[in-house]
Amino acid sequence: MSLPSPLRLTGRENLPFASALFGMTGIFVLLIVSLLVANLMFVEGRHVRAVFESEEIMAAVKLSLVTCTITALLSVLVAIPAGYVLARVPFRGRVIVDALVDVPIVLPPIVVGLALLLLFNQTDIGRWFESVISAVLAWLDRLMPAVMDWLGLGGPARRGLTHDVPGVILAQFAVSSAFAIRTMRVAFEQVDDRRERVALVLGCTRRQAFQWVVLPEVRRGTLAAGTLAWARAMGEFGPILVFAGSTRMKTEVLPTTVFLEMSVGNIEAAATVSLLMVAAAMVVLLGARAAGARVGV
Amino acid sequence: MIELRSITIDADGFLLEGVDCAVEAGTWATIMGRTGCGKTTVLEAICGLRAVTAGSIWIDGKPVTHLPPRHRGIGLVPQDGALFAGMRVESMLALPLRARGVRRQQRRRQVQDMASSLGISDLLSRSAKGLSGGERQRIALGRALIHSPRVLCLDEPLSALDGETHASVSSLLREVRDAGQVTVVHVTHDEAEARALAHTIWHMEAGRLARSSDDVH
Repeated sequence: MSLPSPLRLTGRENLPFASALFGMTGIFVLLIVSLLVANLMFVEGRHVRAVFESEEIMAAVKLSLVTCTITALLSVLVAIPAGYVLARVPFRGRVIVDALVDVPIVLPPIVVGLALLLLFNQTDIGRWFESVISAVLAWLDRLMPAVMDWLGLGGPARRGLTHDVPGVILAQFAVSSAFAIRTMRVAFEQVDDRRERVALVLGCTRRQAFQWVVLPEVRRGTLAAGTLAWARAMGEFGPILVFAGSTRMKTEVLPTTVFLEMSVGNIEAAATVSLLMVAAAMVVLLGARAAGARVGV
Repeated sequence: MIELRSITIDADGFLLEGVDCAVEAGTWATIMGRTGCGKTTVLEAICGLRAVTAGSIWIDGKPVTHLPPRHRGIGLVPQDGALFAGMRVESMLALPLRARGVRRQQRRRQVQDMASSLGISDLLSRSAKGLSGGERQRIALGRALIHSPRVLCLDEPLSALDGETHASVSSLLREVRDAGQVTVVHVTHDEAEARALAHTIWHMEAGRLARSSDDVH
């Protein structure tokens, strides 16, 4: 798509302005490219082969993809109602709830992990919540044992939160959902509220106006929230390390792999896995944009 | 018939007190006033989109002051249409029927009839994107009338239109008026528009509605 001509930055009079804009953008892009090149310098073909032949790393790849996808879906599931409430529904204490939602964004990741550990290991409500999650997983396991097994969530041994796969998802969700809620809130705020009000006058209940008028208008925002949650979950490390641990073939996700490989001095493998993560993130981000363009959102 | 009996509206600090108005059934009343005088606020109160803190609103002899908007039997055409961006025109026109549980086949028939009477049959598969001002207002009018409301509220329906489009939508509104099947409350700041359409004209001044001494049609 070409820009309308008045917005093109051409001509002598625009040169200083264009230089400043493109200069600053260029510096940032150069920084990102340099980071990737620095990784690439450590990676040779044999390192890539070794990574793909490593059973542990391939298990981490699968666990990362599975947990990030589940986290993104759960985040969107929570972000749609929470974003709508924060954007549209006046209630007492909204300012406080709004600030609380942002807490996982501003907290150091390790603090989030510690808080999860304390909640689920040391409190009754945490233990009750864990028993609820275990019951849901057991029900899903009875419903579709093959799928749950493939997801790494099958069998009674995999239903604990701490130091197990559900713990990885919960640690990712604790941070990713905050980003998804923030994104959905902005998406809902951008919908002209007159449309919802017209729908109410024309006979809709609040639920119908939300479902039929507002939700279709935030398809792009929903896609963005899911993508952001997925990408954020892919990069999550601190809370997972503290809450779910870094057990190979069990709770090891890709950032954990980078950490484990670095800690034993295997910089080449760490750099290769890092590039693998960049590639996965690029595929998801570009794929989401292409999907968004195709469905016209 | 619509009656506003000494209503008070507190619109986020903007206070309208003791507003009275009566519109005969099947007639067209236009509320005029300068920008920001509160005429749209009164329209919103009739629709149930603004809380009335004192006084009462009556439609066809029944008090509706505390009824939610959807139970007032009103069709609303807001300024510039406020079309639903996430759906096709056909679904947009069908929405009031869908909300009332009308079956799909019946909805489709009514939508086609309405689209045909408004000259927008060729737009049914389009989305709101890329529609002209006139097309948007025709669709908004169809959406407001499809459930046969008792009252039609129009908020500056012609203000964003010019030239031929203005004339054609205006003529459509005159047809609605002459059919006499719905009581219309119309808000505008344009005197020529008011005179062309209204049976009675009300002026909004200093937070009160006063009926113009010279009724038009």
